Amino acid sequence: MTEAVFRADPPDARRCVVLADGVTVVYHRPSGLTHILAPPAPEVLAAMSEGDADTGTLIARLERDHDLSGTDDLRGTLTARLVELETAGLVWRP
Amino acid sequence: MMTDARLLTRALADPQSALALDAQGWTDLIAMARAEQLIGSLAHRLDGLDLPETVARLCDDARLSARHARTQALWEAEMGRRVLASLGEPVVLLKGTAYVAAGLSAGIGRSIGDCDILVRRGALDAVEKALIGQGGWEWVKEDSYDDAYYREHMHELPPLIHKDRDRMIDVHHTVLPLTARPTPDAESMIAESEELDVSDGGGGLRVLSPPDMICHSAAHLFADGDLAGGLRNLWDIDRLLRDFGEREGFWNRLGQRAELHQLSTPVSRALRLAEILYDTPVDGDLAGPGRAGDLLYVRRLLARDGWGRETRKCLRFAFYIRSHWLRMPPLMLAKHLWTKWRKGQANANGPGSA
Amino acid sequence: MKHEFRVTVGPVGFRIGSDWKQPLDRMRRLYQGYPVPDIPDFTVRLFAQRPWRKIIRPSVTIGGDYMLPDAQPMALAHGLLAAEMGMNLQMALGQRRYLVLHASAVERDGKALLMTGESGAGKSTLSALLGERGWRFMGDEFALVDLENGAIHAFPRMVSLKNEAVALFEAQPDRLGPIMHITPKGTIRHLRPPEDAIARMEESARPAMLLFPRFGFEPAVREMGEAEVFVRLTQASTNYVALGEAGYDALTTLVRSVPTRAIDYPDTERAVEAVERLWADLG
Repeated sequence: MTEAVFRADPPDARRCVVLADGVTVVYHRPSGLTHILAPPAPEVLAAMSEGDADTGTLIARLERDHDLSGTDDLRGTLTARLVELETAGLVWRP
Repeated sequence: MMTDARLLTRALADPQSALALDAQGWTDLIAMARAEQLIGSLAHRLDGLDLPETVARLCDDARLSARHARTQALWEAEMGRRVLASLGEPVVLLKGTAYVAAGLSAGIGRSIGDCDILVRRGALDAVEKALIGQGGWEWVKEDSYDDAYYREHMHELPPLIHKDRDRMIDVHHTVLPLTARPTPDAESMIAESEELDVSDGGGGLRVLSPPDMICHSAAHLFADGDLAGGLRNLWDIDRLLRDFGEREGFWNRLGQRAELHQLSTPVSRALRLAEILYDTPVDGDLAGPGRAGDLLYVRRLLARDGWGRETRKCLRFAFYIRSHWLRMPPLMLAKHLWTKWRKGQANANGPGSA
Repeated sequence: MKHEFRVTVGPVGFRIGSDWKQPLDRMRRLYQGYPVPDIPDFTVRLFAQRPWRKIIRPSVTIGGDYMLPDAQPMALAHGLLAAEMGMNLQMALGQRRYLVLHASAVERDGKALLMTGESGAGKSTLSALLGERGWRFMGDEFALVDLENGAIHAFPRMVSLKNEAVALFEAQPDRLGPIMHITPKGTIRHLRPPEDAIARMEESARPAMLLFPRFGFEPAVREMGEAEVFVRLTQASTNYVALGEAGYDALTTLVRSVPTRAIDYPDTERAVEAVERLWADLG
């Protein structure tokens, strides 16, 4: 089964501010829209900066840089986050 | 002394001339420009001149607004592209969104409303399904009469609005209503359309060829409403003609396309009006000699005062009736207005449009 | 238009045209002493939709540079309110130089207290009261945030006092506009800001505290998470989206640098006490 491949804008297309309660407020320059993202969405976006990725590739990148032990159904969670980011316009299927 | 919108057209055509304005003149000019949706264009024309402080600040504000309108418009087009790319259908941007996407002078400072796209009639179903199914657009709530009217007689799907972003997309398959008298050749417009530079690969969006852009703009100038927004429409035409008028063979091509689309009369008239209002350089043969109606059109187009109000009400009424007459055969027009009137009665609505 | 009135409030100049003399006469009286703009930022029009509506059961439609498509006309007796609403509309839809927040503001020692929340939460009344208790009144409807340095600019328009709040100022009739019965239960009177508020309208202030007041509850003070504050402020802003990245910068800076509390209060005296206590701790 081939998984969908996603792409994100390069990092300079976004401004990010992390608020005291751990939430990231993102300004997306191409759309002029502001998004409020909770972990792991900001981490997912950051991991996309290395290039196009499907869920499997994304898991590999995130495991390399973060401690994901104790996350139930990692694959399901990340796929759900990718779809939400796609609806918001922050990632897309090229 | 009655002010009319010559104040605005002169300032656009010859920005230096505005420097002679006194405080009241500037006040009137700004109100007019806003009312005609031309404040962004005016602000760009005045950029760099030695303006009174308030005017300079308002122009900064207007340029900021136009920049934001451009971002939003291009984003709607991009989100449409992402959803429609897999259909393999040509998707042609129209009007303001097209001008900014193509980097044309007509896009500078332009106010932009909805995203307008043109697709083949045969692709309408697939486009509708994709936008609603994957894209997150939904119908703007209309009653069933208007829905039928749109689909059968107008040249677009009923309006679609995006659930989250609250922005509309208008999907057209022709350029004028099916019931209107001139019938431009939409298939040919699509065939002649040009692909935009898409650095990111994937299905690119398209824009009309330059002559077809002029034809489209002229068609709507005369067929749409009672010339409302006409000064902005003609400014678009002025800017387009200045961008393309020097190209080899452009005027011949424009004449040919106008004839193909049965739009020779509107296009010639548009050229003459642009020349009168904005000193646009136009081809004399294509524009033709001045006609009796021209001055009447000019008076109607300039009917705006220093408070931003529409003036010359009788002229407006005459043009309103005439434009509906152009769009619909007389029997249909009667039925349409009758049904609208009856709905109005049922709703016991407040005051209608002045 | 037949009648015209101009006024500058804080950094914004308005031109108001009217088919009738009465609303503008009332404005002239209440706005006496305010500066007058040569070239206004915005135009408001009070007009009759049909010519006979100037005289027969006169009704005022609000228009201007920025208009709402289905604006319902108002009675001529409420013309002053229509003019104020018209100015609000221009600010809400057309202001691009400042981030506009639906908030009241008062100042002390160069620092501003902002109060925002639902209509009826009491921010208008509180700001007017604090303006009588040693604070400088900056505005009751809109707080203007400078996009470059985050300062709050004063916008001291007529204060809208509703129902019981009017009683607090009845001893100063010179400052009050006409009584307007808007609904069977709702009365509005406009209050002219204090003289020092008008004299110092060009002085900005650094925002030092943000409150979300709620009227009609037992006294309570609650801390708020920054994410909640951010979201509620975007809802309280009329032009956040239109300002793009500059708006984002201004708002994220405000949220991260200004202490914020939600306060519930049963009556205005208790609210004033709570405000003074919090200001001593946080402001």
